[in-house]
Amino acid sequence: MNTRDRAVSANSDALQCPLPSRKNDLIVLGHGSGGRLTAELVRTVFLPALSNPILDRLDDSAEMSVGGSRLAFTTDSFVVSPLRFPGGDIGSLAVNGTINDLAVAGAQPLGLSAAFILEEGFPIAELRQVMQSMREASRAAEVPVIAADTKVVERGKADGLFITTSGIGVIPGNLELGPERAQAGDAVLVSGPVGDHGIAVMSAREGLEFEATLVSDCAPLHGLVSAMIDSGSVIRCMRDATRGGVATILNELAKSSGVEIVIDESVVPVRDAVRAACEILGLEPLYVACEGRLVAIVDEAHADRILAAMRRHPLGADACRIGRVTRRGEPRVALRTAFGPTRLLDILAGDQLPRIC
Amino acid sequence: MKFVDEFRDAVAARALLDRIRATVTKPWTIMEVCGGQTHTILRYGLDQLLPREITLVHGPGCPVCVTPIEMIDLAIDLSRRPGITLCSFGDMLRVPGSSCDLFDARAAGADVRVVYSPLDALELARREPSREVVFFAVGFETTAPTTAMAVFHASRLNLPNFSVIAAHVRVPPAIEAIVSSDNNRVQGFLAAGHVCAVMGLEEYRPLVEKFKVPIVVTGFEPLDLLQGVAMCAAQLEAGRAELENQYVRSVRTEGNLSARSLMAKIFTTVDRRWRGLDVLPKSALALTDRYAAYDAIRRFDLVHEAAIEPVECRAGEVLRGRLKPPQCPAFGRVCTPEHPLGAPMVSAEGACAAYFHAGRLSTAAMEAK
Amino acid sequence: MCLAVPGRIVRIVDQQGLRMGDVDFGGVTRRVCLAYVPEAVAGDYAIVHAGFAISTLDREEAARTLELMRQVEVQDIQQDIQADMQPHGQEDEP
Repeated sequence: MNTRDRAVSANSDALQCPLPSRKNDLIVLGHGSGGRLTAELVRTVFLPALSNPILDRLDDSAEMSVGGSRLAFTTDSFVVSPLRFPGGDIGSLAVNGTINDLAVAGAQPLGLSAAFILEEGFPIAELRQVMQSMREASRAAEVPVIAADTKVVERGKADGLFITTSGIGVIPGNLELGPERAQAGDAVLVSGPVGDHGIAVMSAREGLEFEATLVSDCAPLHGLVSAMIDSGSVIRCMRDATRGGVATILNELAKSSGVEIVIDESVVPVRDAVRAACEILGLEPLYVACEGRLVAIVDEAHADRILAAMRRHPLGADACRIGRVTRRGEPRVALRTAFGPTRLLDILAGDQLPRIC
Repeated sequence: MKFVDEFRDAVAARALLDRIRATVTKPWTIMEVCGGQTHTILRYGLDQLLPREITLVHGPGCPVCVTPIEMIDLAIDLSRRPGITLCSFGDMLRVPGSSCDLFDARAAGADVRVVYSPLDALELARREPSREVVFFAVGFETTAPTTAMAVFHASRLNLPNFSVIAAHVRVPPAIEAIVSSDNNRVQGFLAAGHVCAVMGLEEYRPLVEKFKVPIVVTGFEPLDLLQGVAMCAAQLEAGRAELENQYVRSVRTEGNLSARSLMAKIFTTVDRRWRGLDVLPKSALALTDRYAAYDAIRRFDLVHEAAIEPVECRAGEVLRGRLKPPQCPAFGRVCTPEHPLGAPMVSAEGACAAYFHAGRLSTAAMEAK
Repeated sequence: MCLAVPGRIVRIVDQQGLRMGDVDFGGVTRRVCLAYVPEAVAGDYAIVHAGFAISTLDREEAARTLELMRQVEVQDIQQDIQADMQPHGQEDEP
């Protein structure tokens, strides 16, 4: 397999009649994975219907000017199963997840709304536990839930409990942040080890036991982001890694900015236990979900300063550089492997499937 | 991880690459048989690091790629029946059958679940006696013993609601088909280490003797692959054709006798058409009559129907190493990882998917120049 | 068809007549079927595939293999390693 031999043959005998692509006329699980199928669904079904200049940007948070203020607004749904996992539950996820979408837009979260869809037969005691968890998360983050709603659906229609949270926040007037702002030469940083959340959730499902307790990294990042902004560094953009992992958001940023990003595989922080779990399950850590990690692309000249600020914050203690933006051009994310060669770190079609091969 | 990290050491990799470079004087085409080996090669970029004289051809050792399309159709049809829970390894879910895949079936209401082990399916059957649990038993001889134990244990427990679709295939007939086909370019093989951990080495000796090709049983870490290539290249340069074992830490000459013994009890060898290849004699494992109750095909009166493979899909030629994916007219156009026509584009180890991803990398690099 | 990972057998138990064990894979432990490694004892390493140990890992052979792999004239190559291992056909990243 030589890189030189890759030209597509211009064979005139070749069949030219294209087979129609397999029709996706039903939603499949892959549509919810955050990968290519999700992007295709958004592009072909949601955007045509709802298109407007703000939505079309497809940012984590929508930005609007109201009076003299810049407001950020976002929404997210939480359908995690099992509802409880080491380090959190659907309640803490629902609070922190939406706070994080605001945080990476540079916004100071003001308040959340929470809408609950409960399945008939769901134990109220469990609901109380989830609410307790939400209360603790909300208090710890100092972001109140200021509006709520609840509905009940018949048994079998909701997997216990679904939660949708929306959030509103204020962006400092002079902050310039956006996924399209990455430039050649910029440094790519991550705030801590990747894949903790996905593996913590899977461990509950797959009977994995960890010697040292492995918990989800679910956490609110707005305090860390404030510290980063206060350092006075130039931050081009930030994203919090959720479903699809760090690899997915790197691809999103590369695409929005029209740049190539190169990541050095050997410096991406992964806890030993997460690495081992990925080996057993046949998963790649870079695609495993996080819930309290962000990727930031910053001006290289400020990278050290911002890393120092991150490391002073409890949620950024293990922050480090993982790569850089190399050039403008065909958007892609390349991974320099431990031995030197580079391979493509592409966006997945759907969810990462555990390998048996 | 112990016994893993040491075999990923970059310094030793350099040493092995130097040794290979010092050995080769002529071009050689070597096939690594197993999808797991292909995965390592791509992950570490070994094909880019090896000297130009060595061409690695990705073999058909990816069960995702070679599972007969008829069996996928059977699994899909069965999963649609009420009361049936179909359990499958994750990577089979996106493999296209004649008209759709197991994910589509799930979307339309079938109960399809991912398991990591046939014992998970067995456990499910025990816990839910009202459901008929069927395990889609895919894979080579590495996985066959796990299915065998699940069937054996089910029969000991007298479990009335568990069965398997036996779709296991054997590696030696595939190697024979490749090396004996017209225009075969493969001159040496890196045999699948974990298959041999189960089956031992001796099945490969007749192939070495008949076709005069070196076969080196090789492991899965990057240093294993490099050492396997080094050993194979050394044989080729010296004009030798021998059976060697690189993966000595895990593979004994006789393999795993208790696994082989149970497999012989549970399975019988049958002919089967591999997806993309012809019917290979004695290339698949079916349940013996004694365990017919656990054979989903007999239990549910499933009928093998001739399957329709999209005409455009030329997986067969790719699997034999005769066509490079970019030479296929559908490649990258109507056939992509999101909308695959055939199995080698679905599996990350499949040759087509591998070229697709690598190609995007180098095409972009060329454009950027 | 071969994703199999080495792990250390920590404990052996009988589960409904099946010989099972807890295997530690570098900080993660999982229950695995040990029926195919009847001779293995706690402390041994097993190769695990699809929830089963399919073989034991021979530690002496492993050490021998590593020795063989590392054999070469090593002269301060550590720092050249990245620079020197430039893949053919691929241009330098800027």
